[in-house]
Amino acid sequence: MSENVTLPKQQDSSGPGNGGEPLLTVEGLQKHFPIYGGFPFKRQVGAVKAVDGVDLTVYPGEALGLVGESGCGKSTTGRLVTRLLEPTGGKITYAGQDITHASRKQLAPIRSEIQMIFQDPFSSLNPRQTVGTIIKSPMEVNGINPPGGREKRVRELLETVGLNPEHYNRFPHEFSGGQRQRIGVARALALEPKLIVADEPVSALDVSIQAQVVNLLQKVQDELGIAFLFIAHDLAVVRHFSQRVAVMYLGKVMEVADRDSLYTRPRHPYTHALLSAVPEADVDSAKKERIRLSGDVPSPIMPPSGCPFRTRCWKAQDKCATDVPPLVQISGNREGHLTACHFPEEPTIAARAEDVVLDPALAALEAERPAKD
Amino acid sequence: MPEPQYDDRGAIAPTGAGGATDLALSEAETLERPPPGSPLGTGPSGKPRSLWSDAWHDLRRDPVFIVSALVILFLVIISIWPSLIASGNPLQCDLAKAQEGSQPGHPFGFNGQGCDVYTRTVYGARTSVTVGVCATLGVALLGSVLGSLAGFFGGGWDATLSRLTDVFFGIPVVLGGLVLLSVVTSDTVWPVIGFMVLLGWPQLSRIARGSVITAKQNDYVQAARALGASHTRLLLRHIAPNAVAPVIVVATIALGTYISLEATLSYLGVGLKPPTVSWGIDISSASPYIRNAPHMLLWPAGALAVTVLAFIMLGDSVRDALDPKLR
Repeated sequence: MSENVTLPKQQDSSGPGNGGEPLLTVEGLQKHFPIYGGFPFKRQVGAVKAVDGVDLTVYPGEALGLVGESGCGKSTTGRLVTRLLEPTGGKITYAGQDITHASRKQLAPIRSEIQMIFQDPFSSLNPRQTVGTIIKSPMEVNGINPPGGREKRVRELLETVGLNPEHYNRFPHEFSGGQRQRIGVARALALEPKLIVADEPVSALDVSIQAQVVNLLQKVQDELGIAFLFIAHDLAVVRHFSQRVAVMYLGKVMEVADRDSLYTRPRHPYTHALLSAVPEADVDSAKKERIRLSGDVPSPIMPPSGCPFRTRCWKAQDKCATDVPPLVQISGNREGHLTACHFPEEPTIAARAEDVVLDPALAALEAERPAKD
Repeated sequence: MPEPQYDDRGAIAPTGAGGATDLALSEAETLERPPPGSPLGTGPSGKPRSLWSDAWHDLRRDPVFIVSALVILFLVIISIWPSLIASGNPLQCDLAKAQEGSQPGHPFGFNGQGCDVYTRTVYGARTSVTVGVCATLGVALLGSVLGSLAGFFGGGWDATLSRLTDVFFGIPVVLGGLVLLSVVTSDTVWPVIGFMVLLGWPQLSRIARGSVITAKQNDYVQAARALGASHTRLLLRHIAPNAVAPVIVVATIALGTYISLEATLSYLGVGLKPPTVSWGIDISSASPYIRNAPHMLLWPAGALAVTVLAFIMLGDSVRDALDPKLR
């Protein structure tokens, strides 16, 4: 049994229960982008609360998926964690060290351990630099001289990500989107990081290429034991990739759990709604229940009081408008399965008696053609 | 697994010309499986191509570029070695021949002082090119450095500099020239160049600022920042190379306008002063006699017009080559 100790840590990551020291802890993280206006003197008239109290924990070697619809603050959270943005409030702890407001000099030793993969493979590579220069620059900036030289290391990295090492002297515009994303992965790997923040790394890619890149990331994670904060809006990709999943809505984490609990025993109504919206490829399968939310996500400039989801929730009551539901373990949940809801749903994804249709226009449409379906 | 072609096409589309696209596409198709044993360090087809070489590829086939570049090359050569095509001395004049028309050995005739118009027109190119090139270099250097810093650091730097450029934009060029240059007694070209730099840098600074702000939002700049790159490195390695194209284009076009501004100031009597040989001075001295002896005005004015046009057209075609989206 003693061999088990030497296994990479990510193999047994099933949440906080694994007893390991967290690699990254985010507590009550906030990022408010100020809005200026007024005449004749501009002053701050409000703030976009892009991230408004996010709590996350990433353990060494584990992949934490961060899902949510557009504009819920996923990417901002990613950029806060890599300290590309200055947090407004809250606390970011990396390996026991508070890096919330660390300066560039203080961050220098940590920079090499937290890396980022960007969404758009076309804007994330400098068009004026060759692939070799792009992948080499992390080593130059951090003054790292690998044995055998930097160029040899770059060639190894190109091989690791499935590109031809001969492409060293080529320019990014000579590559396809999928290949460019691989270059981005190679750059992130150049410093042997402990944590990679992947900001929608596959959503700009063609579906067939998506699978290749996700598999590459998974290979990297398995072989090198790198922890991932995997930001995405594609639930299927996240399910494939992550050991734990956090669901964000309007700048807050609504539910966080290990993959199986979240996908098979979701408690938060928003998670239910998200999962019911996943398209079914099997046309012969029984028709699934569907939850159709009405309207749009409320404006993050003026988020609803209490629970941010209450304006679109079918279970909302007065309490939801006054009390912010804490992110806690609800009775009946497995350890590490936290939900921020006053009135959680049953832990099931079984079919509902009838669809929840909150959108009045959709409801009217459904009523008009009952026989056709 | 070979990737779909449309991906490759999408990747190359912004770099332009059809020929380039096809070639790059066929390269990309072979990316996954290069011929075994190809030498380390070069791709299957050898030399890599940057966006600059793509631009050059376009320019070589652009007749506007070729014509304007040849005109400019000719101008530069005669401004360095005017004696190549003009054997006379522009300052040697014979009043007896004042205002005389074309005659053998003196194809453009004589001006009001009896100087050879052809020789003076050839020698005038040196002044115009010197003023144009020096003023443009000064403006480009000052404007792009200040503009880049403002665009990169933003905040107070940016606000101060933007207000400062507004102040300079508010100064009318000709009026400013009349006021500032009329107190200068030097008969060299430097006060005029200094004046142009003083009034010209805000234009380039605005262009550089905008282009730096666009470039700094790119993910590759964020990526470099996430690596811990310093401000200097971000600016010099990542932002400047991607922001410099508009500055080059505007500077090329501005070069033509500085040449005509020099003529304007000289015409008004506050620019260059005789004995300097300049198209502006010649136009100024010839203008009262336009009805009696139009040749005195026509030749220096024609040379000025062709020069300015050449620089503006060169700027236009460089812009098209660097940014095919504008077409």
